[in-house]
Amino acid sequence: MVKLSVDAENKVAELLTKYPDKKSVVMPALYIAQEELGFINADAISWVSSKVGLAPVHVMEVASFYTMYYKKPVGKYHFQVCRTLSCALRGAGKITEFLESKFATSAHEVSKDGKWSHEEVECLGSCGTAPMCQINDVFFENLTPEKLDEIIKRIDKEQPDLRLSAKTDKLGEGMKDCSRSQVI
Amino acid sequence: MGKHKQILFKNVHEAEQYTLVGYEKRAGYSIIKKVLSMDPVKVIDEVKASGLRGRGGAGFPTGLKWSFVPRNSGKPVYLLNNADESEPGTFKDRVLLEKDPHLCIEGMLIAAWALQSNWSCVYIRGEYGYPYERVNNAVKEAYKKGYLGENIFGSGFTHHMVVHRGAGAYICGEETGLIESLEGKKGQPRLKPPFPAVVGVYGCPTVVNNTETLAALPWIIENGAAAYKAIGTEKSPGTKLISASGHINKPGVYEIELGYPLLQFLEEECGGVWGGKKLKAIIPGGSSVPVLRADELEGVNMDYESLVQAGSLLGSGGFMVMDETTDMVDSVLNLAHFYTHESCGQCTPCREGGHWIQKIFHRINDGHGRAEDLALVESLSSQIAGHTICPFGEALVTPALSFIKKFPEEFTAKILAGSGPLKKTEENPGAELYQIGH
Repeated sequence: MVKLSVDAENKVAELLTKYPDKKSVVMPALYIAQEELGFINADAISWVSSKVGLAPVHVMEVASFYTMYYKKPVGKYHFQVCRTLSCALRGAGKITEFLESKFATSAHEVSKDGKWSHEEVECLGSCGTAPMCQINDVFFENLTPEKLDEIIKRIDKEQPDLRLSAKTDKLGEGMKDCSRSQVI
Repeated sequence: MGKHKQILFKNVHEAEQYTLVGYEKRAGYSIIKKVLSMDPVKVIDEVKASGLRGRGGAGFPTGLKWSFVPRNSGKPVYLLNNADESEPGTFKDRVLLEKDPHLCIEGMLIAAWALQSNWSCVYIRGEYGYPYERVNNAVKEAYKKGYLGENIFGSGFTHHMVVHRGAGAYICGEETGLIESLEGKKGQPRLKPPFPAVVGVYGCPTVVNNTETLAALPWIIENGAAAYKAIGTEKSPGTKLISASGHINKPGVYEIELGYPLLQFLEEECGGVWGGKKLKAIIPGGSSVPVLRADELEGVNMDYESLVQAGSLLGSGGFMVMDETTDMVDSVLNLAHFYTHESCGQCTPCREGGHWIQKIFHRINDGHGRAEDLALVESLSSQIAGHTICPFGEALVTPALSFIKKFPEEFTAKILAGSGPLKKTEENPGAELYQIGH
C-alpha cells in the first residue's frame, strides 16, 4: 500500500467528507499526489485509487484526460506559455523561442539540472495581459523576453515556492511585483 | 467608465474587497439575509422578470432555466457555479473570483435558496490557481461567520459549498462535461435530454450557472427586476462584462450596459487600435463566434440581438481585436490548433475532423495548399456541425468557416503563392500523408 505524507492523508480525508459521492475526490486527490510526487506515476495512481475506491484504470483514465496532471516528470520550475490567439497576436511566439534558447530544451524536455522545463499550452484566461506564461501555479503577465529573463534570474536566485500549496494568499509572494498585474 | 452602471464591478476596485471584512463593509451578505425570508418561487419570478440571461455564452434566460427544476422530486437539488472560463479571449470571471469572491458566494446562496438546494460547488478551471485560493479562503470565512453551513441567519436553511479545481480541459465548461468531471470522470459531455435540470450531477436535478450570471443576483434582488430591466436593451437587459484583448491600447475587462455601440467601445474603453494602426477584424464574443470585418461594424451594438443581426454572437464577451497587419490564415490556424487540442475525443466527426481542418490550414499557411482546400474545409465542416453530442462541433467549425468567408483573398493568395502539394521524396517520406491530412 502506497503511503503519502500525513498532510496528504489528512487533506484527502477531509475532502472525502465534502462531496455527496467520494468519486468526486479523484481530481483533487490527483493534485495532492502530484504535488508530493512531482508527477502522476504508478504510486500516485494506486494511492488515489485506494482513497476514492475506484479501479486504478479509472484513475489513470482521468489523469490522462486532463492536461494539468503530468504523466512524466517536469522541471522544478515548469513554464507554460499560452499560445492561443490573443497571446499570439501580442508576441507569444517570441516567449517560447526565448525559453527554448535560454534552457536549451525543446517542449516537455527537462533541463539537465532538473530545474527548468517548458511547453506551449492553450488559452490560460489571461488574454488582457498577453503575452503571458504560467510558472508552476503562478501567472506572469505582460511579458517580453527581457522581462522573462529577469524573472528567471530572480527565480534562480530566490528559489521561491510557486506551487499552490505554498499557501493561500502568499502564492508567489516575493515575486508579486513581477507576477501579478491589473487585469481591469 | 462613469457612463456605464456598474453592477458586477461596483466594488471590485475597493481594497480588501476580497476579504469578508471588506465585503461586509459594503453591505455584504445583507441581501441573502433578506432573501431567506422570501418565498423561493418569488425569487425565481423576480429573476425571470429581470430578463437576466446566462453570461457563459449561450444567453439562455436564467429564471427559465431554474424553473425547469422539478419541485418535490424527492431528490436533492444541486447548484454548480461554472467558473471553468476557458473560451479563448475570455477572462472576466477571473476578475470576479479574484477580486469579489464573496459576491459570487452571495449570488450562489440566492440561487440556492430559490432552488432549495443544500449543496453547491464552484468549479474553477485548474489554471486559475490564484482565483481558486481567493474563493477557497472566502468560502472558509463564510463558514466561520455562519453564512454557509447549517441554519444560516437562523432561517433553518442549510447550505454547503465546495470549491473544485478543474485540470485543464476546455470541454468542462460545457455544462454536462462539467458534471461528468465533477463526478470524477473524463469531462465528456452527455447526450441531452435528459437535461441537467432533471438528471444532473449524481443523477439529481442540477442547475449550472456561469459565475457572472450568479454575481448579478444580489443586485437584482436588492434593486428589483424592474431596475435591472431598465438597463440595456429590451431583449438584452442589464450589463455584461467584456474581456477586451488583442491589438488594442487598453486591454482589460469592462462592464458595459448591453446595447452599447461596438465601435464606441473599441475607441473609448479599449483606447482604439494600438500603434495608430487600422482595424482589420474583431471576434466579438470569444473564439467560437464568427469573426467580423472592420467594414461590418458600423451601427453594431454590443447585445445579443444586434450581434446576431451583424452575423456574429455576443457569446462570452471575449472581444478580440486584430489590426491591419494580422495574418488571418495564421490566426485561424491558431484557433484550429486550439479546438483540435481541446476536443474531448468522444465523437468521431469532431475528434477526426478537427485534426483534418487544422492540417489543411497548416499546409495552406506553409505554402503547400491545394486549389480545392477551401471547399474541402467547407465540406468537412458540414459533416462536423450538428453531428456531435455537444456544441463543440459548431464551435470548431465556426471560426474556420467565417475566416474563409470573410477573408477569402488571404487564403487564395497563400494557395496561389505556394509551391503546391508536397511531393513524396526520400527526405520527406510522409509527404502524402501530410497532404491528405491523416
